[in-house]
Amino acid sequence: MPENNHAHIRTEPALGLFFWLIGFVLLILMPLLNVLPAEDSWLHLSDFSLNRFGKFLAFAILALGLDLIWGYTGVLSLGQGVFFGLGAYCMGMHLMLTIGKESVYGSDLPDFMVWNQVKALPLFWKPFYSFPVAILGAILVPTAFALVFGFLAFRSRIKGVYFAIITQALALVAWLVFNRNETNLGGTNGLTDFKQVLGFRLAEPGTQRALYVLTVLCLGCAYLLCQWITNSRAGRVLIAVRDSEQRVVFSGYTPANYKLFVFVVAAALAGLAGMLYVPQVGIITPAQIGVLPSLEMVIWVAVGGRGTLAGAVLGAVSVNWARSVLTNYFPELWPFILGGLFVVVVLLFPDGLIGMMRKAKEQIRLVKATRVSQAELLR
Amino acid sequence: MSERGSIIYLDGVIVDYDGFKALNNLNFIVDYNELRVVIGPNGAGKTTLLDVICGKTKPVAGRVVFGKDVELIGKREDDIVKLGIGRKFQAPSIYANLTVSENLDLSLKRDSKNVFPTLLGKSTQDERARIGETLERIGLSDYAQTRAGSLSHGQKQWLEIGMVILQDPSLLLVDEPVAGMTDKETEQTGRLLQSLAEKHAIVVIEHDMEFVRQIARTVTVLHEGTVICEGTVDKVQADDRVREIYLGRQKVAHG
Repeated sequence: MPENNHAHIRTEPALGLFFWLIGFVLLILMPLLNVLPAEDSWLHLSDFSLNRFGKFLAFAILALGLDLIWGYTGVLSLGQGVFFGLGAYCMGMHLMLTIGKESVYGSDLPDFMVWNQVKALPLFWKPFYSFPVAILGAILVPTAFALVFGFLAFRSRIKGVYFAIITQALALVAWLVFNRNETNLGGTNGLTDFKQVLGFRLAEPGTQRALYVLTVLCLGCAYLLCQWITNSRAGRVLIAVRDSEQRVVFSGYTPANYKLFVFVVAAALAGLAGMLYVPQVGIITPAQIGVLPSLEMVIWVAVGGRGTLAGAVLGAVSVNWARSVLTNYFPELWPFILGGLFVVVVLLFPDGLIGMMRKAKEQIRLVKATRVSQAELLR
Repeated sequence: MSERGSIIYLDGVIVDYDGFKALNNLNFIVDYNELRVVIGPNGAGKTTLLDVICGKTKPVAGRVVFGKDVELIGKREDDIVKLGIGRKFQAPSIYANLTVSENLDLSLKRDSKNVFPTLLGKSTQDERARIGETLERIGLSDYAQTRAGSLSHGQKQWLEIGMVILQDPSLLLVDEPVAGMTDKETEQTGRLLQSLAEKHAIVVIEHDMEFVRQIARTVTVLHEGTVICEGTVDKVQADDRVREIYLGRQKVAHG
């Protein structure tokens, strides 16, 4: 068995000061900086910035799940965008239906249906009039889909690069299906032009602020859930599957069941992320759920540091922040920057940003230790 | 050796790898509380024998009976583990990114190793005591909190043996435990296996004749997938066919 020593996974310490500090900044400080200071104050956080950050945090929820399946268990899924998309479209369908007669064509039907000459609302849209159905659907549809897909894949002992390839194929298929006008999900243009959620206008800063706070709370819960899993004995089984699946089998466990479990949890978190993303960003299209976005998600986790939950969050936020800054200045260069980043991280920093921080901390400790011993020698 | 008293009983087992018979009509019986060493030149089918017992390889013919009447052929590997057969692999296979005690904790025999009981499972006093005992036994008490990946080769081998012990198997299959070990480590491993043989039946595959002499009571010699000789070390070494195989194949006999 080849040993995988480079990514040094350890169970993370119990919720420290750091968790509460970050929580305070995200949950209280940032919305306050948005509301309290005058708009021209340097302390003021614009509506745009807060909203954009909410999007990053939604992505971070997805990254946590991907880290469970890839970082901890060593199963690379290149299809997380699909589960994100299923969650996003469930929410998007509800938001489309709440537009009502405010739409461009003034019809009860979504605009794209009028455009495509669909006369009656397709049956599968009808339950999404209900907000609870949309919320539950956004979690349960990706969960159920992952359960079936994962069951078939893991039972057939599809592993490693083969699993990566079939999940990538899944992303391609999803992209193709969602692109078709006949699917009745808005085709290439996706779902957009949302007006309100539960009667609150989406264009209002207050609504967006509430969505931001909701996203932070969901991220916090997702983090706690993932930490509970990784700190449990089952979490150690996940790491064990990554280190030596054969030994896990011969210790009486069924690795397929553990893989299925985290795959489903990851899908549920991706669906939750998609659900929170849609009302904040205001649009969901097939371009956001296909092969390329799914690959980008893997890069978030790689950059942040796979095998640590903090790394997944850090990676999702930092890569997306870099993306939104850099695409402002060099839009055409972004794919190269992203690709280059991935290569550099994989070759030079296999443990990502978190790994770099740990190394730096270790270095500082060593330098201090040498100084002390030198001082002692001189005395 | 009677069939009734055996812990494992292979009868006419054939394993066919695309025309190459790795095991050819193999008959093999081990009794309870026996420490059996299996030797043989490369390609004799030693590892395949263990693979068949633990369900990793499916034979095309024959019977494999565990204990009184449990047929093993067709059972899944993890189910065979639950019946009480533990396997130590040739290359140390441990969980490099977990600590030594976490490695042992995962290996402990438990009522259920399904996802949800494992997710909710808490260590009991008794379990911690058993892990402590095992750490003592495999000489790794000082390394309980060490990351297993940073142990030496010999220590990894002991850790894996410890992991198998905690599964509480009635039959232990051990594949070349001392390959790559220093003389001192080899000797310690020998003592460890002998102490284990007091409670468990053990099948050891080995190349190192020095080591075989240290631990073996009965030796089975495999050649081209069948047993050609069985008996004490002295008897086996005096056997003409055994000498022929080893001399003919490798020019120099191991022992």
